[in-house]
Order: sequence, then structure tokens, then C-alpha cells
Amino acid sequence: MKPLQNRIADVVKNIPRSGIRDFFELVQGRDDVISLGVGEPDFSAPWHIREAAIFSLEKGQTSYTSNLGLLSLRECIVDYVKEQFAVSYDAPTEVLVTVGVSEALDLVCRALLNPGDEVIYHEPCYVSYNPSIAMAHGVAVPIQTRVDDNFVLKAEDVEAVITEKSKVLLLNFPTNPTGAVEPLSELKKIAELAVKHDLIVVTDEIYSELLYAGESGMERGNHVSIASLPGMRERTVLLHGFSKAFAMTGFRLGYACAPQVLTEAMMKIHQYSMLCAPIMSQMAAIEALKNGANEMEKMRQAYAQRRNLMLKRFDEMGVPCFAPGGAFYMFPDIRKFGLTSQAFSMRLLEEENVAVVPGNAFGEAGEGCVRACYATAYDKLEIALDRIADFVGRLQINTGKNL
Amino acid sequence: MEALLDLLQKNARLSTGEMSDRLGKTESEIESALASLIEDGTILGFQAVVDPDRVEKTNVSALIEVRLTPEREGGFDHLAQRIAKFDQVTSCYLMSGGYDLAVIVEGDDLREVAGFVSDKLSTIDGVVSTATHFQLKVYKQSGFLATDSTNNERLPVTP
Repeated sequence: MKPLQNRIADVVKNIPRSGIRDFFELVQGRDDVISLGVGEPDFSAPWHIREAAIFSLEKGQTSYTSNLGLLSLRECIVDYVKEQFAVSYDAPTEVLVTVGVSEALDLVCRALLNPGDEVIYHEPCYVSYNPSIAMAHGVAVPIQTRVDDNFVLKAEDVEAVITEKSKVLLLNFPTNPTGAVEPLSELKKIAELAVKHDLIVVTDEIYSELLYAGESGMERGNHVSIASLPGMRERTVLLHGFSKAFAMTGFRLGYACAPQVLTEAMMKIHQYSMLCAPIMSQMAAIEALKNGANEMEKMRQAYAQRRNLMLKRFDEMGVPCFAPGGAFYMFPDIRKFGLTSQAFSMRLLEEENVAVVPGNAFGEAGEGCVRACYATAYDKLEIALDRIADFVGRLQINTGKNL
Repeated sequence: MEALLDLLQKNARLSTGEMSDRLGKTESEIESALASLIEDGTILGFQAVVDPDRVEKTNVSALIEVRLTPEREGGFDHLAQRIAKFDQVTSCYLMSGGYDLAVIVEGDDLREVAGFVSDKLSTIDGVVSTATHFQLKVYKQSGFLATDSTNNERLPVTP
């Protein structure tokens, strides 16, 4: 028998080990770690949403739904998207309910890409973008955004990589892992580029509710979806879900809104691979959309408070960190300590029992930074920041430089 | 300052420094906002939220539905204020629906509460009737669950 290793498809074999997974294994073996390494809310889903899921089980709603998802949910999604994103979709034909945005991303890649088609996206980015493109036999074309630009994606950098093979532009604002929000002026230029070069835009807007505006970040900022810009609706696949803003990660529920032809293409794959998203989660999602605004805003305010604490403490430590406009991540710049992001994170874990994620786990452009998630209880966050301050203090003494 | 009030209503023990960290304001901004909230009566007071089942001294608490005859001048206000002033009354609300005042009364024991109702409350001119409901067990008080079994254990590192 040939070695099993040789039987694995090349495309899978070539996917590198996840940096997140390596780090996860290190952290898992330790006690008393305060982890800022998570990518999900610390809140449980609000009770009224959990209760709706329980109620649906009590009623015996345990069957399949339409491949596209419950029509009643899709109607709620259409209303919500219209209000939040200022884009109108047709509930029966232009919305697909998926098992998280992750599935939607996989579907959209598989539905659009022929071998060799290029997908342009910006790094540092969510870890699944590159593999999702690769598994659909596309060619990943990352653009490096820079800490010195506060991770703004520049339209000129997008234009520079466009070729005849460019098919899809994949965007994620607010961005995981940086928390960056794209300035409207730049977003408009990018939209114009998409029209000019006839690109399909896939926009992952999973963090779009978690925005921090106003002087102290306590106000909820106004989200502008690229789908709402002129000429974009007809070429855009809008991806969103319930995991972050509604704290429903484990429900595994997301959706794609797109013109009917694209929705239908994604649905073809979804119907044979997933059939439909779990009905219990769909029932919970209806409740979230109908009655979840208040609880969501409470959680957003809690994040805003923690963000303020993080900003203040990093500033006091002398660790450069731009004020992220969204999500629940800080992406401080640790270059001045002369350590790689891996080495910094390892030592912080070993010496202070605080876990952050090395920036290079999110692509090369993340090197020099670490991701610290503030979706963690406030009192734990305070302790973690004290420990980071101790650690950074020692590094500054040891490097012996006037930092 | 709405955010400050929200914060205090969840945890009034925070220092001004801690509040300034959370709200992104300076300590002096917090202090002056706090002072004016107290000054203008927006903040009536600060207190701990206690689970009565966990303290040794067992108080008795009752919700009393009170029906009133409103007065020609002053409506319910005069009578309600008169009732609210009793030390035994911890809360007093004018209600819509089947009765007029919801009065929450606390006492050392059942007899004390009963005595208050029969001697003080029901003898006030204008009180038409009372119905007393004794509190048996606290599940949630002022927004705090008495037993919170929520346990959301997350993986330590996720993308």
C-alpha cells in the first residue's frame, strides 16, 4: 500500500499548518492562562435568543428547512440588511443561509473560481481566506496593508495587482485581526476599481455592528457596506452572520446576499454539501434579528469600555497601538522590542501566562504585531494588561535601548 | 452622561479612575459628571444588591397592592408620598391596572410587616384596600441573578 500521506490531494497537502493551531496547543497545556487569543465574544448568546432555540426544540422543530434557509428568516435578514447596510435584496431568491460565514466564503469561492482565477484580498486577514481560495483552485493574491497606515487598504495597491486573471476582490471591514475600518474615501475608490475592472466583490462584514466612534469610542459608528456604493450591488456578495454581534458563534449561522445568479450557484453547492443550516439555529437567528438590538448594543458598549482600557494601558506601556474602529481586537506594534511576533507571544505566554496571537498567523503583513482580543471579562483584562506591562517593562530594560 | 449612569447601575463601586479607563474620559470629567448627577437628584443613592437567602438575619419582604381614593387636589401624589416616607417601605410605585400603588415593605418578621399593614397603611384616610403578598424566594434582584449558572467556556485560542 502506498503511504497514506501520498494519497492526500495536493491542494490540501499544500495548505500549511495553521499558526493559530500551533499556538492553541501550547496554550491548552497550561493552567491559569488569561487568554486574549480568542476570536469570539465572551458573552453567551443573550437569553432571549437561547430561549427561542429551546422553544423551537420544545415545539419539535427538528426537520430540514429549505436549502436556502427558512423563508421567514430570509425575510428578517432582508429587512435587517436593508436597515444596516442600505442594500435591498429579494428574500426568496437572493439570500442563502449558511453554516457560518466560513461556509459562505467556501461556497462563494467554489461557485466563482475556475483553476487559475485570481482572488485579491488584504492581509493581515482572517486565517481561512487563503485556504478557501486554494481549495477552490483559485490563486490567492494578497495585498499587504501596513501598520504604519493603520492597515488602510489603498486603492492604488489594489490596482497594482489587478491582472487579466483577477476575478474576485475579497474585503473584510472591520478587519480581523486588526480592527481596522476602511475610510469611506478609499472604499469608494476601491468600488470604482471593481467596476472599472469588472471584479466580483466578496465582502465579509461580520464585524459591521461592532464599531466604536466618537471621541471616546462609546458611540456606535455608522457602517458603510461596499455593496451600497454605486454600481456595486450587482457585482457584490455580501457575507454576514450572527456570531460576533449577537454572540452566537456556536450556533454556526451566517448568510450570503447576492444577485440571484450567484445565490443560485452557491446554493447548488450548499444543497449537496450542507443541505441546510440547522433549524434550531435558524429559529434563534429570527429572534436575534427581531428583538436583539438592545442586548447587542449592551455588548458593544462593554467592548467599547474594554477597548478604552486597552488603548490607555498600551499607551502607558509605550507600546504603539492604533485605535481600531471596529471588531474586538487590538493589534499593537511590537517591533521595537526586537522580537518576532512568534517569539514575543511565546515569551509572554511562558513568562506571564497571557496568550495573544502572533500577528504572522494572519499573513506576513501581520508580522511585527500581535492580536490581543478584548472580548474577555474586564477584570481579567486588567490582570492581563498588568502582566503585559510587567513583561514589556522587562523587555525594555533588557534591550538596554532608550525605547 | 448616559454611559456613566449605565456603568454605575451595574457596578457603583468603581473608582473614578476605573470609570475614566472604561469611558475614555478624564478623571476630572467623571468627577464633575458624577457630582452633577448627584446634585440634581438623578442618582438617588448607592447600595449593594444583596441575596437575602445568603444573609443570616432573615428579613421578610412583601409586595402590597394598595387601592386609593385619589384626592381632589394632588391626585395620588400626596397619599403615595405619605406612604413612601415610612421606613418600612423600601419601594413605592404608582401602577396602572387593577390597583394603584405597589408598595414593597420590609420587616424583621411576618408580624412586623402585618402590623405595619394593619396599623399604619390601611388606616390612612384614602386607602381603600390592601392585598399583601409575601416574598418567598429571590431569583433575580435589580438585574442580578441570584444563582447564575451561565458557563460559557471557550477554547483558549481561536481564529
